[in-house]
Amino acid sequence: MPVITYREALRHAMAEELDRDPNVVIMGEEVAQFNGAYKITEGLLAKYGPKRIVDTPISEAGFIGMGLGASMLGMRPVMELMFFSFYSVAFDQIFNNAANVRYMSGGLINCPIVLRGPANGGTNVGATHSHTPESIAAYHPGIKVVVPSTPADAKGLLKSAIRDNDPVMFLENTLLYGESGEVPDGDVLIPLGLAKVMREGTDISIIGHGRAIQMALKSADLLKEKHNINAEVIDLRSIRPLDEETILASVRKTNRVLYVEESKPFCSVGAMVACLIQEKAFDYLDAPVMRVNSVDSPAIYSMPVEKLQLPTVERIYQSALNVLK
Amino acid sequence: MSKKSPSPKKADDAGYNARTAHINAKLGHDELIALYRDMVRIRRFEERCLRSYQAGKIGGFLHLYIGQESVAIGCVSVMGDDDHIITAYRDHGHGLAVGMGMNEMMAEMYGKYTGCSKGKGGSMHFFDPSRNFWGGHGIVGGQVPLGTGLAYALKYQGRKGACLTFMGDGAVNQGAVHESYNLAALMSLPVVFIVENNGYSMGTSQERSSAGPSLAQRAEGYGMNWDIIENGYDVLEVRDKVDRALKLARDKHLPSVLEIRTYRYRGHSVADPDTTYRHKDEIETYKATKDPLMFCQTALLAEKVLTDEIIAKIDESARAEAENSAQFAEASPFPTVDDLQKDVYWEADNPADRKSQGTLFFN
Repeated sequence: MPVITYREALRHAMAEELDRDPNVVIMGEEVAQFNGAYKITEGLLAKYGPKRIVDTPISEAGFIGMGLGASMLGMRPVMELMFFSFYSVAFDQIFNNAANVRYMSGGLINCPIVLRGPANGGTNVGATHSHTPESIAAYHPGIKVVVPSTPADAKGLLKSAIRDNDPVMFLENTLLYGESGEVPDGDVLIPLGLAKVMREGTDISIIGHGRAIQMALKSADLLKEKHNINAEVIDLRSIRPLDEETILASVRKTNRVLYVEESKPFCSVGAMVACLIQEKAFDYLDAPVMRVNSVDSPAIYSMPVEKLQLPTVERIYQSALNVLK
Repeated sequence: MSKKSPSPKKADDAGYNARTAHINAKLGHDELIALYRDMVRIRRFEERCLRSYQAGKIGGFLHLYIGQESVAIGCVSVMGDDDHIITAYRDHGHGLAVGMGMNEMMAEMYGKYTGCSKGKGGSMHFFDPSRNFWGGHGIVGGQVPLGTGLAYALKYQGRKGACLTFMGDGAVNQGAVHESYNLAALMSLPVVFIVENNGYSMGTSQERSSAGPSLAQRAEGYGMNWDIIENGYDVLEVRDKVDRALKLARDKHLPSVLEIRTYRYRGHSVADPDTTYRHKDEIETYKATKDPLMFCQTALLAEKVLTDEIIAKIDESARAEAENSAQFAEASPFPTVDDLQKDVYWEADNPADRKSQGTLFFN
């Protein structure tokens, strides 16, 4: 199987969907002539031309709303946010229009639009550019939310997102763009709403999403190495829809849960998952569900402290030991 | 009405006569009568809505269009087959103008399942994509990027059509509107932005909310065409100027901003007091001199297109249609709790075609 980067996987997904469906367009700031602020769309303008690969001004409310309007007439715009953090400038278009138009029209309209871009901290750019809005996004019925953590998932999930008839927020991570992994060639789709067991185990379930999963896997290695603990690691991949079955099956097996994610703790995805687990698998729990999140403050600029604000392998490892006490 | 800055005169204003403009000169008696009738239908419908609101049958907000009827009717009457329309929350007139039925609209306001949005949208959120009507949007200015996007899709798909994107004078200071102007001009999109200027953004007059000599002239900053329809009460003048802008959009992908000066007789919404920001005299003077229905009626009587008998018949028929719609709404069922989670996700509504897995709703 070919080994490519997460960045290339995203690009391949878009190229294949551009080839497949003439209604797919890529739009956003610097996506065309500049070849992408993070080079995700590199080479696409040369291959597909300016009708399909469209530069927009810095005008998120305007161009995201425009893409949304175009999607109501059957186009499938894939909108790049240079930083997902800039979604807040287009909040009304996303959460009043994209999320609600189908409902308020009694089901007469649907909006097949994808909003994608990096939604992470850890790049030394300060609080305004380091938002992790997955729980805010998933809070809104009508919106789907995807957070891929591997190159294969990046490709397979983006292809599914582009074909989806509902609005999808597709949250990437700049720190993963250069990571490589095996990605199947060609038209291989991964359905939204299907979690992946990244590592099987029997002693504790480390569940999470996004780049924190990569750290969880390293923590699981340490737990095995130092304490002979077999941790199961589950990547949700999709937040809404949510694969409850895979979560609950793991809880029933290990009886202990640690949720890991890079977003802040209050009203996070982990809080929601913990709630579901106590509702639906309370009798299987041998310990409270614990969480590892970013430390609860705006994202700090200072580089060494920023690394500690985000979940670390060490923090996940220690938290897992606490759950197992 | 509130004092407005003088509008810049354009060259073609001298000796202008809307009745003899190309688009209007050829209108037959039936077409002229239909324009009048359609305005009457809006007014009678909304008067009936008001009674239902006062009776507690309609909840929430009720933003009445009374006084502005010539704008929606004039604009929609010059739309072609693949022209599209989107507006804000004062949307009853536009709904009737595109051909939606009074029944489905009244039922929507009653919150009934037979409503155009199954009771999920209410007065501010009417939609009928089958008639190229894309809402009905509640947030001031929020629909303007959507209209720009509809125009984008029309151009992208090689269709010969344009999007009439309506907003009120209160919307012109929203960022999303300016972003849309820029995108439309930058990308040469077939869109006509229509500013229905009724003089007040809720209870704040134009001079207390919007800088600059006119609202339409702001288009100059984006290199866009613009015009002011001073006599927005004249359905024929609206038709002529909007038709010209639509042609520019369809044929040359040139967007425009048209400011149509009009007036609303009721409060911003029915629940709002209407005495803090304008005098009753102002309303009465406008009604007496510039009422769109009376203006049209007088002109068509003079032309002997209308007769007292036809006028009475139209009025009676519109009242009966409106009354029937209230009875239809009253007799219709409410949606049920089971309907709450329908029409949220396309996939949930089309389970046979669902590709995703997992839980979509959390109860």
